[in-house]
Amino acid sequence: MAEFDITSKTMDGMGPHGTNVGLLRVLGPAHVWALGVGIVLVGEYMGWNIAVGKGGAYAALIACWFAGLLYSCVAMIDSEVTSTVAAAGGQYTQAKHIVGPLMAFNVGLYLVFAYTMLEAANAITVGFLIDTVAVMTGHEGLDQRPFIVLAIMFLAWLNYRGVLATLTFSLVITAIAFSAILILFFATSPIFGSDVLQHRALMTDLPYGWLGVLAAMHFGLWYYLGIEGTTQAAEEVRSPARALPFGTLAGIMTLLIAATLTWYVCVGLMPWEYLGQAGVPLFDAARLSGSTALMVLLGIGTLFATLASANGCINDASRAWFAMGRDHYLPSWFGAVHPVYRTPYRSIIFLVPIALIFALGAPLDQVITFSILSGLLEYTFMPINVIMFRRKWPLGSIKRGYQHPFHPVPAVVLLCLCGIAFFAVFLGYGTQLVAMISFYVIVSLWFHFRRYRYVRRAAQFTMPWPRPQGY
Amino acid sequence: MDLWDFMELAAWAASAVLGVIIVRDWIKTDSSYSEEVLTSSREGELEAMTEEHKG
Repeated sequence: MAEFDITSKTMDGMGPHGTNVGLLRVLGPAHVWALGVGIVLVGEYMGWNIAVGKGGAYAALIACWFAGLLYSCVAMIDSEVTSTVAAAGGQYTQAKHIVGPLMAFNVGLYLVFAYTMLEAANAITVGFLIDTVAVMTGHEGLDQRPFIVLAIMFLAWLNYRGVLATLTFSLVITAIAFSAILILFFATSPIFGSDVLQHRALMTDLPYGWLGVLAAMHFGLWYYLGIEGTTQAAEEVRSPARALPFGTLAGIMTLLIAATLTWYVCVGLMPWEYLGQAGVPLFDAARLSGSTALMVLLGIGTLFATLASANGCINDASRAWFAMGRDHYLPSWFGAVHPVYRTPYRSIIFLVPIALIFALGAPLDQVITFSILSGLLEYTFMPINVIMFRRKWPLGSIKRGYQHPFHPVPAVVLLCLCGIAFFAVFLGYGTQLVAMISFYVIVSLWFHFRRYRYVRRAAQFTMPWPRPQGY
Repeated sequence: MDLWDFMELAAWAASAVLGVIIVRDWIKTDSSYSEEVLTSSREGELEAMTEEHKG
């Protein structure tokens, strides 16, 4: 380790491979929590309730806990692997080290697609929310486009200027949005004397039987989709081995609480036939509570959750794109870091027009479906990844910040749950699923036959890992 | 024109200003530093210093 000089003015205190300008290590566990929960929490404010429409209130609860189990496995597996692969790119970098280049290329694209599509969906939602406020104040026919564009441009600018300000912003607005859910629960809870919740009158049996439960599974993912994004902060946290597992596991616990409370309050205030079609169910629940203060609070919470999600998506998509550029999986031009702000500025800029095209030109449900499908493909990779990781680098061969318990049970459970989720998605969105997989097959062929020749095979591995077992 | 019409125009204008700020800084940065410096980042190099892996 003698060649490292953390005090060097020219080498940025970094390693022997010539890093002059690198990403800045300034984040703590709270920022990791904000990144993960911030991306997801919008799913509590809208989207999850379509599960109620598919199979009734109890089906949505089963989907909520089924998806909760799936994402708990994701969080545990991610926490272990990423506490050793502490580099930008998250699951892409994990795949590169553990599985191989073709898998890494695919996983990198899953990440960029999932986050960029989600960013576009969030921007569409910002436009919808502002239009709703305009209608409530008596203005009809608002042009939503300037607000969609402004949301993307403002968050891109924030991300461009530095990761600390970006994720501190996320931390504040995510905390407010999460607090709003807690306040709504306590304000409507019979524990504090309120009698607005009508579970006894509104709850029904499964209206479409167990087939409805299966159909609801797809939308159960909305409660947690994106928590795995915490790993993208790996190269910018001060203590990756501690902060990443801590932030990720605290994040999934927060979401399990938020998801269950959201379901409980909403199904106690709205009949399932209405709830299943509501655009903003938590806001509607606040309106039905009869409190103006709650209505304003949940309105702000909805907007903040949407902005936090878009903000985290820009952060994560740009890190994945940057990491692929840095390894020459994409043109190395994308692997540049801003010398003052220390952000992957070219990747951030490149993804702005793509997000704008989808936000302004594609329907919300299609954008969200492609995001979910990319996420699901990514989750299917994770169990394979962790099983190979434990085989190649058994416990004791690499220092881990966290070891997930009961291996390989979480990996096997995750693989089974992904299989069920794929079947559920196929029932509702079979064409999109086939189109998406076809797309990834085509780009894989392109990568294998055309792009891989540009990858510097040795230069992409600069972390001092021991040789894997059996090699 | 009511308040919302003005807000639409303000949102367009703010978006354009942010776009110009980003692009101007991008051009300035690319012309001030060599490509070698800008793309010199390598994965996990600080990590190599702070985390101890058994060799």
